[in-house]
Amino acid sequence: MVNTTINLKGLSLKNPVMTASGTFGYGEEYADFINFSDLGGIIVKGTTLNPRQGNPYPRMAETPSGMLNAVGLQNKGVRYFIDEIYPRIKDFDTNVIVNVSGSTMDDYVQAAEMIGELEHIPAVELNVSCPNVKQGGMAFGVTCSGIEQIVSAVRNVYKKHLIVKLSPNVTNIAELALAAEASGADSVSLINTMLGMAIDAEKRRPKLSTVTGGLSGACVKPVALRMVWQVYKAVKIPVIGLGGISNATDAVEFMLAGASAVEIGTANFIDPAVSVKVAKGITEYCERHGFSSVSDLTGALEV
Amino acid sequence: MLVLHSQDELPDILPGQFVQVRADGAKNTYLRRPISVHDVDYEHNNITLLVQRVGEGTKAICDSEIGSVLNVVYPLGNGFSVSSDWKSVLLVGGGIGAAPLLYLAKVMKIKGLSPLVLLGGKTKNDIIRIDEYRKYADVMITTDDGSLGEKGFVSQHSVWNLREFDHIAVCGPLPMMKSVAAIARQKNTDCEVSLENMMACGLGACLCCVENTKEGNLCVCKEGPVFNINRLLW
Ligand SMILES: Cc1cc2nc3c(=O)[nH]c(=O)nc-3n(C[C@H](O)[C@H](O)[C@H](O)COP(=O)(O)OP(=O)(O)OC[C@H]3O[C@@H](n4cnc5c(N)ncnc54)[C@H](O)[C@@H]3O)c2cc1C
Ligand SMILES: Cc1cc2nc3c(=O)[nH]c(=O)nc-3n(C[C@H](O)[C@H](O)[C@H](O)COP(=O)(O)O)c2cc1C
Ligand code: FES
Repeated sequence: MVNTTINLKGLSLKNPVMTASGTFGYGEEYADFINFSDLGGIIVKGTTLNPRQGNPYPRMAETPSGMLNAVGLQNKGVRYFIDEIYPRIKDFDTNVIVNVSGSTMDDYVQAAEMIGELEHIPAVELNVSCPNVKQGGMAFGVTCSGIEQIVSAVRNVYKKHLIVKLSPNVTNIAELALAAEASGADSVSLINTMLGMAIDAEKRRPKLSTVTGGLSGACVKPVALRMVWQVYKAVKIPVIGLGGISNATDAVEFMLAGASAVEIGTANFIDPAVSVKVAKGITEYCERHGFSSVSDLTGALEV
Repeated sequence: MLVLHSQDELPDILPGQFVQVRADGAKNTYLRRPISVHDVDYEHNNITLLVQRVGEGTKAICDSEIGSVLNVVYPLGNGFSVSSDWKSVLLVGGGIGAAPLLYLAKVMKIKGLSPLVLLGGKTKNDIIRIDEYRKYADVMITTDDGSLGEKGFVSQHSVWNLREFDHIAVCGPLPMMKSVAAIARQKNTDCEVSLENMMACGLGACLCCVENTKEGNLCVCKEGPVFNINRLLW
């Protein structure tokens, strides 16, 4: 029997697989395909203090082995989440984690504080790295001082497990991870989407209403893997790896590079049950390679 | 035309609902592609699709060998309304976009309605499966070049001057749906259209497929693809 449990600085996961924010709705959308109890956690849609309509259509373009999106954090706001959605999802038999985003420091702090009161939400993931909103978001996430400000402010009001989600659109991601750690993050997750662009040559127009958007899917995996490795070597807090994970082998690679847990995003669009298959596959890998505990995979890369 | 066979018993499928298909292993395509349900055979657990090659995704689906296994998620979306109160119903389709109307006509006929079907295309080659439609409905045709039926667009067909309808259902290219919606609005006729926004998840999870409506941005994959024109901004 392989021990699949993962302990992320106080946050206990049944197994290392979670679903990535923005790709899994509130979980309910996938209820026909999987049992939530087979996952380490689900991270729900990016939630902001005030409701947001997001960006105009078109918001999506397929690219080689991936996709660009420009959803722009469409959501009904934290109040609506607490009143309408939380009661429906709070009893899912897994960790339900809320991804929090904002345009100003106050937005983040207030939203995190409100979510902090919810008994059945054991963690928030702070999205300081969304490329699809005009102000804030990525602006905080691309400088160390921005990260320090936002993370320490949220840390002051949020007492449970605080994950900080990092942007790959930076020159030195390890520095940003260190800034998050120093400001009180319990863990870091990476990567968010990479800034990209797609053009319809026939129409001489951009494919997205916002011209540029966030790249995700299999094509970003090598970049994500490299960043997880760099961050793992720099920080002491747990690293959650994501970016292009499509199967169990991909997930194992992220763990070998230093991830304590993983998130699955775009791959859910191709196979709605992929997250559970990945969790099973990681255990099988451990059996085949004689690891008695999945957590032993973390950083087990031989270089 | 593609017939999907399911090993399991099919769930109830509403006309206007769609499936998402991917030929796994196809190298040049990533996400599943949304395709309308053209017909359902519950007895043999088969779903028929009409797929037009427009790019790599649809090409990979069309090139699938007979007997191959496809990655399919179904049934998705909401479907067209069907009410036995309607005395006269018109179904308007353009090109490949007409696909869901066959199953809609079939279900309407089963419920005792006698829908009229109006199909439009560029030339007679675009008007396919007429005999199938005729099993369930009277069929009228327009082609841009006049090679079959009346010459012109569906919105110019003579039926608009001859008959009034309780309900109109439309699917096809956007300009054609908008022109029919304009007629329906002018005549104050209840009208539903089926939108084909670009989709990723198909489940209402990613919010990529939204249409800006009177109620704000709504997911076409979940709240639609069928919308009453009263909810839309056009
Ligand atoms: C609810 C719904 C039902 C549909 N039903 C059918 C059907 O019954 N039969 C059928 O042949 N097609 C149908 N479509 C359209 C079909 O999904 C697209 O043609 C397909 O996704 C194109 O993929 P591709 O890889 O072949 O082309 P791509 O290379 O992705 O694109 C080729 C061209 O098609 C356009 N396109 C891409 N995706 C879509 C899309 N989702 N909708 C419209 N245009 C698109 C692109 O803008 C581009 O110009 C439906 C779409 C929706 C949303
Ligand atoms: C449609 C879509 C919406 C997303 N929305 C969010 C979001 O609201 N908050 C966030 O932190 N990340 C969001 N992301 C980023 C993903 O959570 C993830 O970081 C990224 O897609 C890389 O992982 P993947 O390649 O496995 O998808 C979104 C991604 C996609 C494709
Ligand atoms: S395609 Fe994902 S929400 Fe509609």
